[in-house]
Amino acid sequence: MTWLNAILQGLLLGGFYALFACGLSLLFGVMGIINLAHGDFAVIAGYVAVVLVPSTGLPMVLGFLVVVPIFALGGYILQRTLFQSALRRGDPMTILLVTFGLSVITENALLQAFSANGQSLNIGSLIADSINPNRVVSISDISLVVLGVAVVLLAGLQLLLSRTSIGRMIRAVADDREAAELVGIDHRHVFGIAAAIALATVALAGLASGMITEFAPSSGTANLLFAFEAVVIGGIGSLWGTLAGGMVLGVAQQIGAQINPSYQILAGHVVFLAVLAVRSRGLFAVREAA
Amino acid sequence: MSGRLLEVDELTVHHGQLCAVDHVSFAVDPGEVYAIIGANGAGKSTLLRAIVGVHPVTSGRIVLAGEDVTGIPARGRLSRGLALVPEGRRLFPSLSVEENLKVGTVRARPGPFDIARVYELFPWMLERRRQRAARLSGGEQQAVAIGRALVANPSVLLLDELSLGLAPVVVQRIYAILPELLASGVTVLLVEQDVSQALRVANRVHCLLEGRTTLEGSPAGLRRADIEAAYFGLRSSGGAGVPA
Repeated sequence: MTWLNAILQGLLLGGFYALFACGLSLLFGVMGIINLAHGDFAVIAGYVAVVLVPSTGLPMVLGFLVVVPIFALGGYILQRTLFQSALRRGDPMTILLVTFGLSVITENALLQAFSANGQSLNIGSLIADSINPNRVVSISDISLVVLGVAVVLLAGLQLLLSRTSIGRMIRAVADDREAAELVGIDHRHVFGIAAAIALATVALAGLASGMITEFAPSSGTANLLFAFEAVVIGGIGSLWGTLAGGMVLGVAQQIGAQINPSYQILAGHVVFLAVLAVRSRGLFAVREAA
Repeated sequence: MSGRLLEVDELTVHHGQLCAVDHVSFAVDPGEVYAIIGANGAGKSTLLRAIVGVHPVTSGRIVLAGEDVTGIPARGRLSRGLALVPEGRRLFPSLSVEENLKVGTVRARPGPFDIARVYELFPWMLERRRQRAARLSGGEQQAVAIGRALVANPSVLLLDELSLGLAPVVVQRIYAILPELLASGVTVLLVEQDVSQALRVANRVHCLLEGRTTLEGSPAGLRRADIEAAYFGLRSSGGAGVPA
């Protein structure tokens, strides 16, 4: 039964990783941007919630109502200014360095402002609520909610990309930027929208991480690594693959931890490397734009 | 000025260091088929790309229906009536046939063409509209690319190397829709490497050689030898022949 519990916890953790990873996957899939500051953006979202949400009078659980719009707008502006000018240089290295620089700046600025101490988002007694079908298995409500949010978000993104006009434009631009220009699509605007969506999702991920565990200025990097692993295991360009990749990673980590608590992170990396070695395109790669 | 739909005036375009189009001028009248011919690397595609605004112009002017569009970005020219079917089709491979056409309507002007009309023009498309564009044959892709440009309802449709990589019978089938386009009020500016194909469909031809105009006229008024000379850059005097 302890193993079953480990697998269940892994699946729940996978939902959290998928929430983290889908914005990363979207930025890479649409614009070819590998955003090394992705994890740090999530941390910023946590701090924005800590600073802003109490003054609005909203309970922390509803903090996303404040943070997500700010991040969506910020994502659009960031794309239209810094990222766009880096992309215009045409060298993929430029944008990689820009996001790396953003990551370093963010971490240090947060250290200055908030110290290295961990913080969490206080959601009161909700954190303790759980479903306990027996003495061993314990499913925390908030983890279940996060998994639910991840599933709904991925389904929504899938629908947006496949059914709406803006989704078609995003896929068209991802396919062939110049041909998109020829049919009258302003790719910079479409990129801005994709970045807005990506940052909105990473804000959700940051809030989830603040509610489930805690965050500190330096925790972005570890989260980035797990998000990368989830994307690569699942297969780049596949949204549901990202969820599956997150779950594979989460289950591997929990089973590793069950064998020996110090194996948790290691087991995740081993599975990641095994997938890379055996199926380098990912377990669920479809090579279709989502 | 009156009567001219598209005027290209002393247009010069660079491709990196290379001067790909060198002071080229011509004018296209409404309702005609105007063909640019020339060998590989003569600057034909670059000329078309500059006209629709996806390649920067060094100097000169592009005037559409009396309005100077030289400084207007590609999407603005599209909504004013210039649509290009690019060389190599350039469909969106992961989008379905219908999605490719829908994307073409982003900047559509009012006019006779919509997706239903494209399905009338190419009846096979209707039942394969959910198929991904990557799965189509070259000729089918070319038809979808034409449809994608048509749904924007251009006044001038620019066609870049329709025949490239296609079997002659397929090329014939695609060119067969030209009369219908003209009847709907579309003017056609096309680039063709296949000279005889261009001569068959065009009212006027314009030959480029290394970015410069070497010949212009109506197919009926031009001698085969002159066209060959202009195409290959031979001195046409005295019939000093090409070594065959």
